[in-house]
Amino acid sequence: MSNAASLSTGSLDTASRNKESRNTESSSTTTYSSSSLALKALAFERDDSLLFSDVSVSLKSGDILQVEGPNGCGKTTLLRIITTALSPTAGQLLWRGQDVSKTRHDYLQSLLFLGHLPGLKQSLSPEENLVWWRRLNNNNRALSNTEVLASIGLKGYEDVPCFNLSAGQQRRAALARLLITEAPVWVLDEPFTAIDKQGVGELEALLTAHAVRGGIIVLSTHQDLGIGGIKRLSLDPNQAAEREVV
Amino acid sequence: MMELGFVAILRRDLLLAFRHPGEIANPVLFFFMVVTLIPLGLTPEASRLAEIAPGILWVMALLASLLSVEGMFQSDYRDGTLEQMMILPQPLYLMVLAKILAHWLVTGLPLTILAPVLGMMLSLPEAGYLPLVLSLLMGTAVLSLVGAIGAALTVALRKGGLLLSLIVMPLYMPALIFGASTVQRAVDGFSVEGPLAILGALLAFSLLVSPFATAGALRVSMHG
Repeated sequence: MSNAASLSTGSLDTASRNKESRNTESSSTTTYSSSSLALKALAFERDDSLLFSDVSVSLKSGDILQVEGPNGCGKTTLLRIITTALSPTAGQLLWRGQDVSKTRHDYLQSLLFLGHLPGLKQSLSPEENLVWWRRLNNNNRALSNTEVLASIGLKGYEDVPCFNLSAGQQRRAALARLLITEAPVWVLDEPFTAIDKQGVGELEALLTAHAVRGGIIVLSTHQDLGIGGIKRLSLDPNQAAEREVV
Repeated sequence: MMELGFVAILRRDLLLAFRHPGEIANPVLFFFMVVTLIPLGLTPEASRLAEIAPGILWVMALLASLLSVEGMFQSDYRDGTLEQMMILPQPLYLMVLAKILAHWLVTGLPLTILAPVLGMMLSLPEAGYLPLVLSLLMGTAVLSLVGAIGAALTVALRKGGLLLSLIVMPLYMPALIFGASTVQRAVDGFSVEGPLAILGALLAFSLLVSPFATAGALRVSMHG
């Protein structure tokens, strides 16, 4: 029963996404102005041990960076540094060529972060969560919540409290923010967790579309992505010598 | 369209509170139960109850507030919302202030409104009612503001409850002393302007300092 439901929303999904991307192409406002994000010799020390050091990557509009490495190697820490939630022990984060400590407000307005704790309120419905996110951000797209939730595969679940949704559905509800934001920089920590196969394909399409529009994506995942031309950064301490952006 | 983070968070927290009416009822119920038990345990004699009523009411309001303050940031911390709030392009102290206001609206305010009824159960003399309400109105706000600092400092700890009490209790003392003495002085027939003014000053001071201290404490907790 639930399979059938998700299938049908899936097909609706692709249709609406196609429509949406056509809209995107036709209007010029939704293409991002060129921007750049650079990580300069970032290092992070915790409890007197070096988690990682000398991480340098330079990203420009249209780039997708996949952060890889075994568990506990500092992927989440690196992503949190990129969101400015953590300060690096050494190194700099440059947004459009300037240190983010100087342009923090401007940078945060251009940033969307989804951690592995999705920030969903369990007792609110997916729609109420979306409404809340819209209220806090000024870079929202003019898409109705119903449309957004339908294209993320939650049609019919708009008013169900999140604690009644499955793990995958909750992840989808969190990912719905990707559809309403106009932020050029996306930082996603394990976005594919608990998502079904079909959802993975849809999410990849969403990421590709964002890159094509000129956005920047940094994500951590253990999965091999079906997206061409992405940059990879390995934080594996055993391969430190080979650490470089491929 | 962007709302001020303050308004958005206040609205959401109130909505959440009304989704869980049990959590609002908890401190109020505690307050109510203890005050009901006092005459049974001590004495039902009106004159003796009247003597201790101001102190009892204030101590219970303080404990009820302490009971609820622990959860102020906890659910936001657990589900990742707090992390998101830290990186919003909005001033954190305003968002913190909204959370404190929401907390006071669902705990301090109901306690204040309920207090005269409980005063009646403890045979509080008539002169004490208005000062009781006024002192609790300001005092519970002070308690929420001060408690927020402790809640922010202990939010990342697994069992922060005891530590929270230890941090917050000494800071609660001035509010308790001047709150209870407001009511006591009114019952004894003295002027209450003095202690009320000091409560007001405490409120103004904690209103200025607490959001900054709480925002700072949250940053420390989140970086740990």
